[in-house]
Amino acid sequence: MTETTQPQSRRIQRSADSQLRRNWAKLRRNKTALVGGILILIYLITALLAPVLFPSNPSAPNLSRSLERPSIADPLGTDELGRSILGRVIYGSRVSLLIAIGVVFVGLLVGVPLGLVSGYYGGKVDFGIQRVTDTLLAFPGFLLALALVAVLGVGLKNTIISVGISMVPIYIRLVRGCALSVREQTYVEAAKAVGTRDRIILLRHILPNVMIPITIQTSLGMGTGILSAAALGFLGLGVQPPTPEWGAMLGSGRAYLFHAPHVATFPGIAIFLAVLGFNLAGDGLRDVLDPRFRL
Amino acid sequence: MLQYVVKRLLSTIPVLFGISLLLFFMLRMLPGDPAQVLAGQMASQEDIKLIRHQLGLDRPIIVQYGLFLSRLTRFDLGRSARTQNPVIREVWARLPNTVLLAVVAITLACVFGIPAGIFAAVRPYTWIDYLFTSMALFGISMPVFWLGLMLVVIFSVVLHWLPAGGTGSWKHVVLPSFTLAAFVVAFITRMTRASMIEALSQDYTTTARSKGLKEQVVIVKHALKNALIPIITVVGLQFGLLLGGAVLTETVFAWPGIGRLIVDSILARDYPVIQGAILIFGLLYILVNLFVDMIYALIDPRIRYD
Repeated sequence: MTETTQPQSRRIQRSADSQLRRNWAKLRRNKTALVGGILILIYLITALLAPVLFPSNPSAPNLSRSLERPSIADPLGTDELGRSILGRVIYGSRVSLLIAIGVVFVGLLVGVPLGLVSGYYGGKVDFGIQRVTDTLLAFPGFLLALALVAVLGVGLKNTIISVGISMVPIYIRLVRGCALSVREQTYVEAAKAVGTRDRIILLRHILPNVMIPITIQTSLGMGTGILSAAALGFLGLGVQPPTPEWGAMLGSGRAYLFHAPHVATFPGIAIFLAVLGFNLAGDGLRDVLDPRFRL
Repeated sequence: MLQYVVKRLLSTIPVLFGISLLLFFMLRMLPGDPAQVLAGQMASQEDIKLIRHQLGLDRPIIVQYGLFLSRLTRFDLGRSARTQNPVIREVWARLPNTVLLAVVAITLACVFGIPAGIFAAVRPYTWIDYLFTSMALFGISMPVFWLGLMLVVIFSVVLHWLPAGGTGSWKHVVLPSFTLAAFVVAFITRMTRASMIEALSQDYTTTARSKGLKEQVVIVKHALKNALIPIITVVGLQFGLLLGGAVLTETVFAWPGIGRLIVDSILARDYPVIQGAILIFGLLYILVNLFVDMIYALIDPRIRYD
């Protein structure tokens, strides 16, 4: 029995490896994913090497240099407090990266288990979870984040929680839909027939089969998370000054739009490029991993 | 059809109930005392106590919610903690402005998005397709509030063609509605392209072509007509996105709509107005989706609601 099973499991492993290699090769050939990947890489390097790229304190004011236009000394100019916009944009990438990861983490942590349970068990559990999801989906995502901020208050942690929770219903619906179809597969029935526990079936059989849509949604969700958090920052309801956050920088630059438009211009470009990177990567991943959903 | 509309309207009651429950408890159970905010930093404990009593905040939370629901059935959303005006009046006064902005924006988005999606689908994987799909992706990735500010810089600060904000004439509507439209046009373009590509590959399109019909007739009368349902669905769903975008657009352009009212109320912790305005937004969203469902039957006679 063991002699026949081992070569079989090796064959399955080899086939999975070659599938992974094929997908990786397809991903490298996909121009959309490539451009997205490059933008994300630049963004990650900027965030990780911020202290090397800009050794000074980005939040230290220098009122004698207030609202200077872009120059050799300060390629992106200075803001109302004389702080280098380049330095704040560089350090802002750290804050937005933290938000993007945090937001997706909250969405995954709450949404995936609920979606799995809802889709796998069905019945009353599914009904209950879906009615709550319906209620949350009745709010446009950003409004839900706004309502949560109204309750939790402003700041980095609350921004992450609010935007993350606003993404939960999307993950629940996505994972539930996939789990509903996967639970009907023969291998799940076989696992049930041999008495495998539900927890093991959910983790070993259902979860790996919903990973592709989750991966795609995670990439797109990071872009959406950056946008929503920046929007909260812009309204003064997100990360608070003097922390360099792109949305808050845009919000404060609004007051100087008539005589110093550069203050609001560059943080916006940074948000746009970061979100574009994640959206391109998400689109590329979808093209390669799940061509049925190509738009 | 009428029976279906009534059934759908009734089915919105549990969702609205859920929204009201969520909003009420979320806003009541977490930190921050609206009575303290209303009274100000210098107020005495007596003043705060009086305000708390006037707002009913000193009663058990279940009683507060019961009162809230009973008032809701009479369209009484309470009074603003800041202005003391009825919330319904505050929201009602701003509703036409938000609806105007949303309707103009969604019209603009359809006028640009649907033809762009059709052009991209008719010539897939050519430069025109890449141009429109790239523009759509740029639109999705662009922060709406930044786009609004950049439009102000170009059209108000540099060219002096259009006002930077406020209301009063058609000129005031142009920049906010274009900003809001850019927010949704990308989704409409992408969905139109995807549905049209599918419709153009169907047998009925091949049959229409083989009958010798002109290409424009094949595209518009045969393919587009069949591709319209997913497009309309996405337009309906984008209305929700538009309401979220309205919060930002109205702030950028100092547009006196519900979106700005929500932001101002959050900053002032004016709970009754936050509740009322978000509830009205939720109701609008549900009604638009109901309207979209009804349009399906007009477009596709195979859909029956009996």
